[in-house]
Amino acid sequence: MNSFWLIFWSVSYLLVLFFVANWAEQRSAKGRSLVSNSYVYALSLAVYCTAWTFYGSVGRAAESGVDFIAVFIGPTITMPLWWVIFRKIIRICQVQRITNIADFVSARYGKSQALGVIATILCVVGTIPYISIQLKAISSGFSILTTANDAGNSLWLDKAFYISIVLTIFTILFGARKLDANERHEGMVAAIAFESLFKLFAFLAVGVFVTFIVFDGFDDIFQQASKVIDLHQIFTIKEQKTSDWFWYCFLASLAIMFLPRQFQVTVVENVNENHLRKALWIFPLYLLVINIFVVPIALGGKILLGTAVKADQFVLSIPLHFNEKALAFVAYLGGFAASTSMIIVECTALTVMLTNNLVMPWLVSRTDFQRRFGGDMGQVVITLRRLFIVLLMAGSYLYYKNVSDKYSLVSVGMVSFAAVAQFAPVVLGGIFWKRGSLVGAVGGLLVGGGVWFYTLIIPSMVSAGYMSPDMLSKGPWGMDLLRPESLLGVTGLDNISHGTFWSLLLNLLFYVGGSLLSQPTALEHNQAVLFVDVFKYSKTYESAVAWKGKALVTDIKSLLTIFFGKSHTEETLQLYAKQNKLDLNTRYADSQVVNYAEKMLGGAIGAASARILVSSVAKEEQISVEEVIDILKTSQELKTLNEELTRKSEELEQLTQQLKQANELLQIADIQKDDFLSTVTHEIRTPLTSIRALSEIVHDNPDMEEDQRSHFVNTITKESERLTRLINQVLALERFETGKQELDIDEFLMEDIIEESLEALDQLAKEKNIKIEVTYEGIYGPIRADRDRLIQVIINLVSNAIKFCPADTGKIQINTLQTEASLSFSISDNGQGIDNKYQELIFEKFYQTRDQSVRKPKGSGLGLAICKKIIELHQGTIQVESELGKGSVFTCEIPLDKN
Amino acid sequence: MYLRAKSHWIKTKNKMTGMKILIVDDEPNILMSLEFLMKKEGHKVFIARDGAEAFDIIEANIPDIVLLDIMMPKVDGYQVCEFIKKHDSYKHAKVVFMSAKSKEADMAKGLELGASLYVPKPFSTRDLMAKVNGLIRDISGAAA
Repeated sequence: MNSFWLIFWSVSYLLVLFFVANWAEQRSAKGRSLVSNSYVYALSLAVYCTAWTFYGSVGRAAESGVDFIAVFIGPTITMPLWWVIFRKIIRICQVQRITNIADFVSARYGKSQALGVIATILCVVGTIPYISIQLKAISSGFSILTTANDAGNSLWLDKAFYISIVLTIFTILFGARKLDANERHEGMVAAIAFESLFKLFAFLAVGVFVTFIVFDGFDDIFQQASKVIDLHQIFTIKEQKTSDWFWYCFLASLAIMFLPRQFQVTVVENVNENHLRKALWIFPLYLLVINIFVVPIALGGKILLGTAVKADQFVLSIPLHFNEKALAFVAYLGGFAASTSMIIVECTALTVMLTNNLVMPWLVSRTDFQRRFGGDMGQVVITLRRLFIVLLMAGSYLYYKNVSDKYSLVSVGMVSFAAVAQFAPVVLGGIFWKRGSLVGAVGGLLVGGGVWFYTLIIPSMVSAGYMSPDMLSKGPWGMDLLRPESLLGVTGLDNISHGTFWSLLLNLLFYVGGSLLSQPTALEHNQAVLFVDVFKYSKTYESAVAWKGKALVTDIKSLLTIFFGKSHTEETLQLYAKQNKLDLNTRYADSQVVNYAEKMLGGAIGAASARILVSSVAKEEQISVEEVIDILKTSQELKTLNEELTRKSEELEQLTQQLKQANELLQIADIQKDDFLSTVTHEIRTPLTSIRALSEIVHDNPDMEEDQRSHFVNTITKESERLTRLINQVLALERFETGKQELDIDEFLMEDIIEESLEALDQLAKEKNIKIEVTYEGIYGPIRADRDRLIQVIINLVSNAIKFCPADTGKIQINTLQTEASLSFSISDNGQGIDNKYQELIFEKFYQTRDQSVRKPKGSGLGLAICKKIIELHQGTIQVESELGKGSVFTCEIPLDKN
Repeated sequence: MYLRAKSHWIKTKNKMTGMKILIVDDEPNILMSLEFLMKKEGHKVFIARDGAEAFDIIEANIPDIVLLDIMMPKVDGYQVCEFIKKHDSYKHAKVVFMSAKSKEADMAKGLELGASLYVPKPFSTRDLMAKVNGLIRDISGAAA
């Protein structure tokens, strides 16, 4: 066939595909979505069957028999698990607006940017080989049909190069036209479903042709084949290959979940969870049907073409052999369809990962990003995506040219399977094990990815000539145990199984170990709960929000507008508000709205970037803030309580101290009171004793001598007076003490009261023949004071002086000094004086201590105590200067200006 | 026999007076009243105004009865009592405490020290005389 025509038809096919997609999208816009069909969904899953299925299975079957089927058995066996696993993943992704597998792991493990990057790189590196083999398949198919050789390696003559360009354009058309918050590409899904049908049809056509037209049915083929080759060999699995078979099945079951394109069609493009139910049996059925004729075609090819043609190409070669150009062309288109569907979906998925996890987080964290890119961020994202598609295709082309050309389709495909299998621990752990932490995830992916690269990619680089063969035969730096194809001496597994075994083992080890040994952050924990318990929370998800922050509605709106445009933003927000009965006209956005905005953005640019952007407009409050605040509150309350308690106990101590002091004082006062009372009692009883005794004697002895009798009677009188005096003094003292005593202020001259006092004492002085002298100094004038009380003082002091003065030689000097400010007077005597130790005591009531040796000199009684009280009431002072044997001077001073 | 009994009776009767009585008190008026009372009964009265004086008189005269005030300066009544009861020569003397301190504890202390009686002040002269006579009878009885 003319290559021009081939190209023409290839492109036409793509255009048809494009129209199908468009039509589907238009229908969906009108509300009659094609994609809401469970059959369409199930068929879209068949993107799993790529050129590998179309060409590779036959090739494998021809070479090593039935083991090609492992890739299909695996998914079929694990199908029952799908309901559990996929349903959960689908729910999580819907609720969290996750649009790719890298975002999934990133979101699960604390919205970690780093993890998103690792996952993205792993996917890209793992998938590029796979894309490259599609290119290879298309190119070799093209070559076969045009029966032209790949003319040289010059870029411009290489058909694969042009094919890559065409595919790039169409991939962009399908996958990177607009920014959708859901990353749903309804058109693409419809196109893929169409392609699945087409490739199935094409393959069946060839199969039917070979089996029933070239041969006479299955028996005929087998019969004929048994003559040429050992059928027994074909249909049994060799001993040593049992474990390989196991690993192949295992890998395939993981790949069906984690290949980026599978994740895209199964999870992201899912519109209804119940579609999954249908897919559970439709898809295995599809696999079965498409594989029915693999062995016949392989056998037929072996019979007809022997080893002249590569088994991979039997599907094309057999029709050509019979000159069935039309069939060959259909077969070619079938293969083309298989390859292009893979490329389109894979590249779309990968480019979303790349933009969301690699570029956007960096871009939005730059403070000037909004300024630089102006209002239409959406356009920037789309452009980035297109750029990445170009880069991916370029990378795949280069890999094809340099590496995969030398390998079979199947083996390269398996290497990709092994790459995405690394997601198994992280994702499955993520949805079932809350303890899985970021540290574990990063560890698992890095180690798993590293081992995968080491055991599976490096050998291919060696064979491609980029590395020394010694690497394989002797190990790095000559370390035999680290040989990439037999780590730690494990042999007996083929390359793929060996690589898978080691990478998954170490991955799991590091994942589990890392998770157990590390402490998840609050955010990680929160996400873990939301993921693992998604069915519990998805209904109440809107209220179990991560944001409790405050953001202005206008800010939120402008943020969304940047990416989705004004009208789309308005529409979506209004719809959401209506559904949840929220008001958008408030100043501050309800936290539910903020959350929804974050989800919308997350769908478009990835969870990590969305978080960064939203947190720039909302004041974030941390997630388990409720718990944290509760704890803080409690600890704050406890602290306050503690402080209060400490304070109270201090107060209590103080109080106790005060009480102790007061008690001591009271005890002293009590003792003092006791003392006072007992002394007063004694002082009262003493004169009473005399009075009674003398009275009785006088009464009982009427004929006693007259002078003796009058003496006795006199004494009785005196003692009575003494008693009265005492009682009066005690009472007066009591009044002074309790403050009831008031001064009776009068105006008088000092002269007058001194003369009065001396008159009263005249008798006493004369009896002892004591001389009394008075001097007046200072100003002359009346003073204001309590007249009688001052007289009392003067009399008391002078009578004391008289008592202590010796008879005859006794001299008493009274001096007064009067100024404007004060009056002072002193009474001096030349009596016996007062011992130092008594000088303070004499002004006290009786005696101070219980110690009788310190007893006041007898006779002073309460007099001086009262004098002191009187003087003090006048705001004045009274003191004594004395020396034993040399007399005493009593001085009183009272201020006058107050009065 | 009758003559000897009669002279004995006279002797005894005479012994109701003529006792040597020491009065110790720092209140002169009380001394005065007590002195009068004792002298009227025909006893030989010694007075002391404080404990120190009392010691000297006791030593010199060895009284039969001591009327003792307690609250006195320098040496109080308890000390005088102790002094008396310590010495063989005078411990036979009957001590009568007289004090305004009338708490049970004070009275008990006095009696413990060896006093025969404790009379609270103010006292009744008649009561006091009766008590003193009782003491004299004890002394006479003992002597006989």
